[in-house]
Amino acid sequence: MTWAEIWPLLRQATVETLYMAGVSAALTAAFGLLVGVLLVLTDRRGLLPQPLLNKVLGLVVNIGRSLPFLILMVAIIPFTKLVTGGVSIGTTPFLVPLTIGGIPFYARLVEIALREVEPGVVAAATAMGATRREIVTKVLLREARPGLVSGLSVTVIALIGYTAMAGALGGGGLGYLAISHGYERFEGRVMLATVLLLIVIVLAVQAVGDLVARRLSHK
Amino acid sequence: MIQIEKLRKVYRSGDRTVTAVDDVDLTVREGEVFGVLGRSGAGKSTLLRCVNLLERPDSGRVLVDGRDLLALKGGALREARRGIGMIHQHFGLLSSRTVAGNVAFPLEVMGVPRAERAGRVAELLELVGLTEHAGAYPAQISGGQKQRVGIARALAGRPKVLLSDEATSALDPETTASILELLRDLNRRLGLTVLLITHEMEVVKRICDSAAVMRAGRFVESGPVQRLLMEPGSELARGLFPLPEPDVRPGTTVVDVTFEGDSADRPFVSSLARTYAIDVNILGGAVEQIGDTRIGRLRVELPGDPELNAAQLAHLRESGLTVEVHGTSLEGAR
Ligand SMILES: Nc1ncnc2c1ncn2[C@@H]1O[C@H](COP(=O)(O)OP(=O)(O)OP(=O)(O)O)[C@@H](O)[C@H]1O
Ligand SMILES: [Mg+2]
Repeated sequence: MTWAEIWPLLRQATVETLYMAGVSAALTAAFGLLVGVLLVLTDRRGLLPQPLLNKVLGLVVNIGRSLPFLILMVAIIPFTKLVTGGVSIGTTPFLVPLTIGGIPFYARLVEIALREVEPGVVAAATAMGATRREIVTKVLLREARPGLVSGLSVTVIALIGYTAMAGALGGGGLGYLAISHGYERFEGRVMLATVLLLIVIVLAVQAVGDLVARRLSHK
Repeated sequence: MIQIEKLRKVYRSGDRTVTAVDDVDLTVREGEVFGVLGRSGAGKSTLLRCVNLLERPDSGRVLVDGRDLLALKGGALREARRGIGMIHQHFGLLSSRTVAGNVAFPLEVMGVPRAERAGRVAELLELVGLTEHAGAYPAQISGGQKQRVGIARALAGRPKVLLSDEATSALDPETTASILELLRDLNRRLGLTVLLITHEMEVVKRICDSAAVMRAGRFVESGPVQRLLMEPGSELARGLFPLPEPDVRPGTTVVDVTFEGDSADRPFVSSLARTYAIDVNILGGAVEQIGDTRIGRLRVELPGDPELNAAQLAHLRESGLTVEVHGTSLEGAR
């Protein structure tokens, strides 16, 4: 293959990877945040103690996190088909396992970031007569922003790794390109280029995440 | 202003129970600074947190400004809390907000319109002397300044009552003095009623009108500081005028004499020596300025067993002094 032939493939694969990682990251961020907040709120000593719900949620999250992504992806194919109306290959259907794999991962990081918020600040807000909603939005989420952002960059990087695995199962993207051309057709240059691109993307995500987290932190 | 009746709070974890506050009665009058002094683990924080119901007592009553807080729920309780300011040992500031942002926070919570907030924030920062640091983040200011932010924030809702949980424990002595000065000043200027807890004698000495000594969840003594200091056996007096365990030599009488105001200026030692023609040994003691009176405590040694000194002791008591006699070798140590 010549570079002229490789370029369009690389470009398309990169777009697909960014699409899968980007959309699943957005969904993961939203739902992971929700689950993480619920984990903290429903804790026995939380603002809205619900020990049973907390246990169940914690268990689900742990199961989700302990399952290797490859297995999760295959195991939930029936569910994926249900969501996408029967389709299970191509980039879009893979958003389902990516998001489902990402949520528990990020939820735990959200939980950790929220627990880092000094309890004294929450007590102070309570003593001021703040509502639970105000405490969640104006104290917990706001104080935890640097942690939430660095957690998100770690999650996005994990998701990029997942997209490569999704590629192996026909999801497209750089992972798919690396396997279909780099590995199966012995195109060394394709392999090299995909590896380099993945590294660049991961480093870029990390750099942006660090920068934003640092900007948000006033500690 | 604050009235607490038969307050009790028990922590249970597994089969271990800790009675953190055990049947405490407490009345803080309007405009007074009341200090609760106690060692670590005495239950001071728990008691204070029960006043604005950060902690729910197991039994008892809590009245603040005539309102029975335990009868309030949800919005009514939040409303009541807004009338009770609180400052914290570790400040409890939002690290993500500037000094001004932190002071604005309670105003947001109270629903003060944005336009009015800035003015009120400026006013509050002025009050605590932090105008220049309005734009700084908590991480960029000193501990004393952080506590000033805490105080400004606590005053945002124009509370009648201020609760202070070890507000100066994380500060050095000089900064402590300036924060205490500020609290005293606010107490006088705004008529603020202050309930503070501390493990530092110094705090009670400097700003408290009344005090209680707390141990193992109970008040062991409580009342106006000057009265407590004049009471024989007072822990507060012992804390403020530390004297070692008396070492009573046989054939002598060791007496701790506490004197106040006028009697502080009267030379009772020399009058005793002159009247009874005896040698009076001074073993130790101190004089402290408490509020606007001077209170002192002196340990003296008189020759002869206590029985022989009955007249001398009566003489001291008649002069308006508080007298505590330590046992002799014959009676055994007290
Ligand atoms: N949330 C809790 N759960 C269980 N026990 C608690 C809890 N909070 C306090 N205690 C216990 O209650 C007792 C009183 O604690 P408290 O914090 O009120 O003491 P304190 O006088 O404020 O001490 P310090 O000067 O160290 O702050 C202690 O024995 C403590 O271990
Ligand atoms: Mg305490």
